[in-house]
Amino acid sequence: MDKHDFVIRFAGEGGQGLVTSADALARAAAHAGYFVQTHATYPSQIMGGPASSQVRISTTPVLSSGDGVDVLVALNQYAYDHHNEDLNPGGVTVYNAEEYDLPEGGHYFGIKADELAKSTGNARAANMVTIGAVTKLIDFNPEEIDEFIRQRFTRGREGDDEIIEANIKAVRLGAEVADSAGFNVGQLESATPPDYSQIIITGNAAIAMGSTAAGCDFYVGYPISPATTVLVWMENNLWGEGRFVHQVASEIEAINATLGAGFAGKKAMTATAGPGFSLMSEGLGLAWMAEIPMVVVNVQRGGPATGLPTKSEQSDLYTCMHPAHGDIKMPVLAPGSIEECFWAAVLAQNWAERYQGPVILMTEFGLAERGENIRRPDLSKVSQECRTTVSEGDTGKRYDSWDGSTPLPGMPIPGGPGAYVANGSEHDEIGDTTHLPRHHVRLMERRFKKLDLLKDSPYEIENADADCIIMPWGSSKGPAREAYDRLREEGANIGWLYSLALHPLPEEVLAVLKSGKKIIVPELNYLGQWSALLRMEGFNAESITQYTGLPFRPADLVTRIRERIGAGVTA
Amino acid sequence: MSKRNPEYDFAWCPGCGDFGVRRALQVALEGYSAEHEEPQANNVIIAGIGCSGNIVHLVEGEQPFGIHGIHGRTLPISFGVKQGNSDLNTVVVAGDGDFLSIGAEHLGPAANRNVDVTAVVMDNGVYGLTKGQSSPTTAFGKITASTPLGKIENPVSPLKLYMSIGVTFIASYYSSKPRVLAKLIQEAMNHKGFSIVHVQSPCTTYNDTYDLLKGKPKEGVKGLAYEIPEDHDPTSVEDANDLLSRPGIPLGVIFKQERKTFRDRYEELRERSPKRTNDELLDSYLLQM
Repeated sequence: MDKHDFVIRFAGEGGQGLVTSADALARAAAHAGYFVQTHATYPSQIMGGPASSQVRISTTPVLSSGDGVDVLVALNQYAYDHHNEDLNPGGVTVYNAEEYDLPEGGHYFGIKADELAKSTGNARAANMVTIGAVTKLIDFNPEEIDEFIRQRFTRGREGDDEIIEANIKAVRLGAEVADSAGFNVGQLESATPPDYSQIIITGNAAIAMGSTAAGCDFYVGYPISPATTVLVWMENNLWGEGRFVHQVASEIEAINATLGAGFAGKKAMTATAGPGFSLMSEGLGLAWMAEIPMVVVNVQRGGPATGLPTKSEQSDLYTCMHPAHGDIKMPVLAPGSIEECFWAAVLAQNWAERYQGPVILMTEFGLAERGENIRRPDLSKVSQECRTTVSEGDTGKRYDSWDGSTPLPGMPIPGGPGAYVANGSEHDEIGDTTHLPRHHVRLMERRFKKLDLLKDSPYEIENADADCIIMPWGSSKGPAREAYDRLREEGANIGWLYSLALHPLPEEVLAVLKSGKKIIVPELNYLGQWSALLRMEGFNAESITQYTGLPFRPADLVTRIRERIGAGVTA
Repeated sequence: MSKRNPEYDFAWCPGCGDFGVRRALQVALEGYSAEHEEPQANNVIIAGIGCSGNIVHLVEGEQPFGIHGIHGRTLPISFGVKQGNSDLNTVVVAGDGDFLSIGAEHLGPAANRNVDVTAVVMDNGVYGLTKGQSSPTTAFGKITASTPLGKIENPVSPLKLYMSIGVTFIASYYSSKPRVLAKLIQEAMNHKGFSIVHVQSPCTTYNDTYDLLKGKPKEGVKGLAYEIPEDHDPTSVEDANDLLSRPGIPLGVIFKQERKTFRDRYEELRERSPKRTNDELLDSYLLQM
């Protein structure tokens, strides 16, 4: 049976090379022209602990990590017990026969990967034995794997040839075991490589890359899961004249140093996760008050407190939009795919410069570490906006009143004209502290009016005439889109609304919300945070929530949306 | 009330030590700018929260750039300003509460980095703006608004603290002689590395220590403050530690050490750093067949 879509999961414990196996299979499939998406879940420890890593391979763009698993590779009994239930009908488990045994007669077979690897002369090729078995099960062209192995292990060293030969042999041995077991979960349809240039990248790397392309030239950060890889990327790459990168002593240092650099004229950024973001609250308030351009990335994990450091949750929305005390509402961008991570990072930098203030870019564990092949972003399409500054002879003051009818006055940069005090206390035109009501009123209005400059974010609207509209945000976009497509196929009368920005919303998105249609928000939190914020604005929104630390499965969403729209379904 | 901005409505209490520090800072900034032929706009004052922080609005003459930020975070902000533009003369002004209590965690990193920033700390041994609570430098047993039965903790010894964490320029003075203090502040600005000028700046309302510092010469009472002896060698760690083991408040430069600044080391790394264009970076993710 031809199938266009397979999910292959490797489960075991941390340190067993699960991520490497899924990644290798993903790369080989991407090379062959398929669309791939990896997804990993692991405990917050370096070695050991239950972990899994999977890859979804498809002939069409992969929107989510899928529903169930077609091939499960279970390296220990615990992994088998906990992942077996995710097997799709007809799915097969490959179990580690060196570790445990299963009674005869099930939809599984054992493999002794270490032993077979040793027989090739390369004990480190065990994961290739497993990959060989998997590829046989889905009838994946073995020549593609061979080609992948040749590329990966051709490193210009002596012994490359032997390593390549052993790995190819390992794949063959694994395939033979699978073949003799007699299972097949279907045949993967052949794929045609797209005619455009592709990259394979994670969400965090896409954010670092996008920010850099947009001109970010100052980055400080502090290690925290799952945002650490942004720091590591920057430490490796954000060098060169006029650029600065450094690991500082805490998130409090990070936010305040970012602010200092933004004040001094840099395009400054920091990235963190929930706990660090909480520590940054006061500094963000200062940036809002003193109107300092900067970008803060919050790669969400499960919360509160230490929460679930290596799981996916969308529970920081309230805190991203209203991070600090006082009247504040931050501009928030929340990308829904790896490609959007890149472009949202560009937009975040440009927004910060344009409106002279802090911008929050919120992503999630589910995007941060997952790999995906995407179109290589066209750098010639990356715009680099720069804040307007002041020139000698300008008569305006830093904190003049502003009602939006003229361009936003320029921001003086230290060393140049227009000296002022960037003040976190309410202030007058040059930044001196004042408690006079008229200054608090005029600057409060200025700070909020500036948000009108940020109405140009991308959005998607489909079937807005339907009675009921699905509006996911962030990484729930992918599974929600799959569910939406399936429901539409069934004939459900539903619409689609998606906005990269959660604040401020583009006018076109607001128009749909204002129509009074029922808005259903699938989101990964307990409180239903986005629908609550929408209801606060008077819109007719309700949530479908999940708080397992895992992403939505499209099939679950189909069922739950069906329940909500009730009579609206005509299938 | 500031001459530059008559509408500005903050005022220190009569006799506040911060008046003297303001005068000294102003003279030091002018002196530094003249010495290096730089405009006033190259000076950035980063102020903490408390009575002392208002100095950023009260310095007179041509206005420098300033940040009047949040409580305790002057050093991290100054790090960002200085690394954002290393040509700026970056000066932190903070009180003992801001610098040594809520902001104390930032001292170690600033010293380890030897970041080229000058901190002028105004120590009045009390939280003045909130009306007289105990501060890190308040003496043990002292009765304040928040220690009605006497302060239970030992006070911090700021100069010993700075010495122990490797601050490369440490000076101590009081607010009563602004012209001399100005010279010390300017010397600190000229120091390549992290410099701290710790100033006794009494609070006439909640902790008036003028007599304690200067004594009452007419009545034969000696003050805590004393001029550092001429034979003190500030480049000697031994001399500095020896000085700090004595009772009293030394007046002058306690310690001064030449060490590479954060920026010096950073530029060395930059020499060795990878140089890849955005296109090359993106191409490192290319799917190759």
